[in-house]
Amino acid sequence: MPSEPLHRLTLSEAADLLHRREVSSVDLTRAAFARIAEVEGSIHAFLTLTEDLALEQAREADARIGRGEATPLTGVPGAIKDVICTKGVRTTCGSRILEPYVPPYDAAVITLLKEAGLVMVGKTNMDEFAMGSSGENSAYGPTRNPWALDRVPGGSSSGSAAAVAAGMAHYALGSDTGGSIRQPAALCGVVGFKPTYGRVSRYGLVAFASSLDQIGPLTRSVRDAALVFEAISGYDARDSTSAPLETPRIADSLKVDLRGLRVGVPQEFFVEGMVDSVRSSVEAAIQQMEALGAEVDWEVSLPSTAHALAVYYIIAPSEASANLARYDGVKYGFSYHEGESMWENMEKTRQHGFGDEVKRRIMLGTYALSAGYYDAYYLKAQKVRTLIRREFDAAFQTHDILVTPVSPTPAFHLGAKLDDPLQMYLSDICTIPVNIAGLPGISLPCGMMEAPDGTRLPIGVQILARPFDEASLFRAAYAYEQATDWHHQFPPL
Amino acid sequence: MTTTAAVRYETVIGIEVHAQLLTLSKMFCACPVPSLDSPPNSHVCPVCLGMPGVLPVINKHAVELTIMTGLAVNCDIPPEAKFDRKNYHYPDLMKGYQISQYDLPLCKDGRLEIEVDGQTKRVGITRVHLEEDTAKSMHVAAPTGESYSLIDVNRSGLPLMEIVSEPDIRSAEEARAYLQKLRQVLRYIGASRANMDEGNMRCEPNVSIRPLGSEPFGQKVELKNINSFKHAYDAIKYEVARQTQVIESGGRVAQETRGWREDLGQSVSQRSKEYANDYRYFPEPDLPTLTISREWVEEIRTRMPELADAKERRFQDQYGLSAYDAAVLAETRARADFFEASVALGGNDNPARAKSAANWINGEFARLLNADNADIEDSKVTPELLSELLDLLDAGTISGKTAKDVFEQVYRAGISPKRAVQESGLIQITSADEVSFAVEKVIQEHAKPVEDYRRGKEEAIKFLVGQVMRETKGRARPDIVIQVLKEKLNGSP
Repeated sequence: MPSEPLHRLTLSEAADLLHRREVSSVDLTRAAFARIAEVEGSIHAFLTLTEDLALEQAREADARIGRGEATPLTGVPGAIKDVICTKGVRTTCGSRILEPYVPPYDAAVITLLKEAGLVMVGKTNMDEFAMGSSGENSAYGPTRNPWALDRVPGGSSSGSAAAVAAGMAHYALGSDTGGSIRQPAALCGVVGFKPTYGRVSRYGLVAFASSLDQIGPLTRSVRDAALVFEAISGYDARDSTSAPLETPRIADSLKVDLRGLRVGVPQEFFVEGMVDSVRSSVEAAIQQMEALGAEVDWEVSLPSTAHALAVYYIIAPSEASANLARYDGVKYGFSYHEGESMWENMEKTRQHGFGDEVKRRIMLGTYALSAGYYDAYYLKAQKVRTLIRREFDAAFQTHDILVTPVSPTPAFHLGAKLDDPLQMYLSDICTIPVNIAGLPGISLPCGMMEAPDGTRLPIGVQILARPFDEASLFRAAYAYEQATDWHHQFPPL
Repeated sequence: MTTTAAVRYETVIGIEVHAQLLTLSKMFCACPVPSLDSPPNSHVCPVCLGMPGVLPVINKHAVELTIMTGLAVNCDIPPEAKFDRKNYHYPDLMKGYQISQYDLPLCKDGRLEIEVDGQTKRVGITRVHLEEDTAKSMHVAAPTGESYSLIDVNRSGLPLMEIVSEPDIRSAEEARAYLQKLRQVLRYIGASRANMDEGNMRCEPNVSIRPLGSEPFGQKVELKNINSFKHAYDAIKYEVARQTQVIESGGRVAQETRGWREDLGQSVSQRSKEYANDYRYFPEPDLPTLTISREWVEEIRTRMPELADAKERRFQDQYGLSAYDAAVLAETRARADFFEASVALGGNDNPARAKSAANWINGEFARLLNADNADIEDSKVTPELLSELLDLLDAGTISGKTAKDVFEQVYRAGISPKRAVQESGLIQITSADEVSFAVEKVIQEHAKPVEDYRRGKEEAIKFLVGQVMRETKGRARPDIVIQVLKEKLNGSP
């Protein structure tokens, strides 16, 4: 047995031990649930725990490992964001309106993970319908940051990030529409990766904004993120936006050498109001890459990204206003029955079933699409979206990767931005342009800062690459990670 | 009382037709298409139920049938088409939006030629687009008096083609001719069953009137709940009379939707269109823009069968048929195919065979089918069987009268004409000797007409021929009967 507690292992380390039969999947699963019993009460990372299922899957995994048919993920406990459909396991999307909803089918990524030997410990907490940057929009109460229980873990994949950071799962799946994987990863000190739009099938991912949503992993190492990415990506005929491309093999070819890699640093991402430690940590990370042999251009400019936030808050709510129209209490989920008429019941179902932020975005989107406003809002936003894409394309003509901050601040206090949606929206200013352009982006730990009360808070750096060039992104992320030890930090729980 | 010169009004009609396409599976999922008697909710899946997380996948066959329809009504097929979301709430709309086509339909700017009272007229086709059908609501009352709405999701997601005409139609007669012509085209190319009473072809005429010679359109009224050509005709007649009366009594026609009530013989107002719905159309982000290559369009064109108008002309040219016969044969593709197959079996360069096949198909065969309200494609009579019958007739093996009896046996039982003839001993008596016996019997039993004939009343022979035919059960050849009769009557007394 290893000297470290099992729950602290990375996915790769756990897989190695399983492979060498030093531990069993059942051991790892029991350790995960022991850790959950220990800390979940103060974190609230999960909406549903599936211990019986996990142990059953663990026994199957052990049998499979015994037959020598294991993949790197076989038998390693993972957690799934509650926006991803799991057959027979309640999927709430953090919303009251889907409180009783049990999907009749598995999302494409779940099917793939099951084939790879999934052990699912549970479904993780999240901002309702993935709308939020703090986890506080969950209808089931907020998740707390494992580094500071009075602070947010970020969002919307709040439970996935916190579960991985606190050692309750070796990896987790999240979804990222405007930063919902990368921002909580940064605030919780873990790795979060959003693949290129079209890499991972969205079939079974409950839609927030269809043209922006993408599923990705949250892990404790870059290699782990690559392993999960390899397992869940690939063409799926059920998702017409899925790219008909081969899944790249990345994890086995990671090297600690950045010679010749052309790194760009877009100035617009170092926004006004950014916390100094964030800026200095990210700059230090870039200098580290330079030391590893990368050629750094500090003067890249992407002027249109200044409009990305505005574009996002038109396109995402517009799509959401249609995507969320199906929740009317007629077919599944919460249903209000006390009304005088069918129409009243449908209205009241939505009135009581949705939280404030969801309603706010449905109204924003409905407004932006309305007759007389469509051209001024939705159509114009699409045009600016094209401009943003082109600027990224141009930057990638001469650079292999771009490096930026993930979030202007580290984890903030619970409630600090709850009454100010605009301030909350600004949390995603560095991550949103990436979804707008459909690029792959990874967030990984690059520093710690000390809050006035002495709490140590993680800081993340973001690496972006050309569409479908995840290989360059992982190359930079891995080399940087191996040269530093930020990923070895563990929250004092 | 004063009389004023009556204002004459012109009727202006545009028609929207919805036709369910003849595909094997639904528009955006793999569910098989239900039949008319499928139990409710037996042909459903997460996609057509609008479950959270599902995605649409385009049915290629439906796209091809729509393009073929567009080609058949002389439309342009633009190189790009896209799907859009049409947003509205209704319990039978599973996703809260309908996937339809807004500004880039598959087909546009076509025309259809109709004929009314011998006059040919062109009706413009604005566009042909593809969309999905909704589920079906049924309102039922429980024995306790409570009323329920039930939803059958079988229909949800069926491929629906919408064909929108220009406001070129000027009368109920033209409207009926347009609908009949359109149905013929749809059936010819196999795009739809196009049965209005089964609901797989539905039409909504927009009717307005304006003073003859005036340019601007009057206020239009949309007519719904039309389940047959007769309903369409009656509803338009009623609507024109109603609008005329409203205007002449100094009123203003309200923009509204009116439902036709066949039982009342009138339409009733369903809803006012004063506050037009804002459907907030926007591009469907789950589906890519469709690129329609010219090669694909041409490939579809090569698969398009010869249409009725072309067949009608060819039947006259190639087989020397009358305009009437050609038109009746070409009315349905099944009838035309039956005809050509029957002719081919008798040797294609046989004009007499073409004429006799046409006579049989449009005569006796049509009479029997009409009596049974049956279609030629469902009949037990095959081109082979008809051809065999025509061979027997040509060879003089059976008489025309016998042939009718034989044909009816073939029609009822699907047996071979040769067998029918042999089994019933209906082979024609061709020798004078065999006829002689019957002739002599008739002469002996009918002294009065024999006397009349001999006194120069030539007409009297007809009665005697009839009696001989009766005596021989129709097996005698009339020309031989007459010949023998004349010999006997003119000979010895």
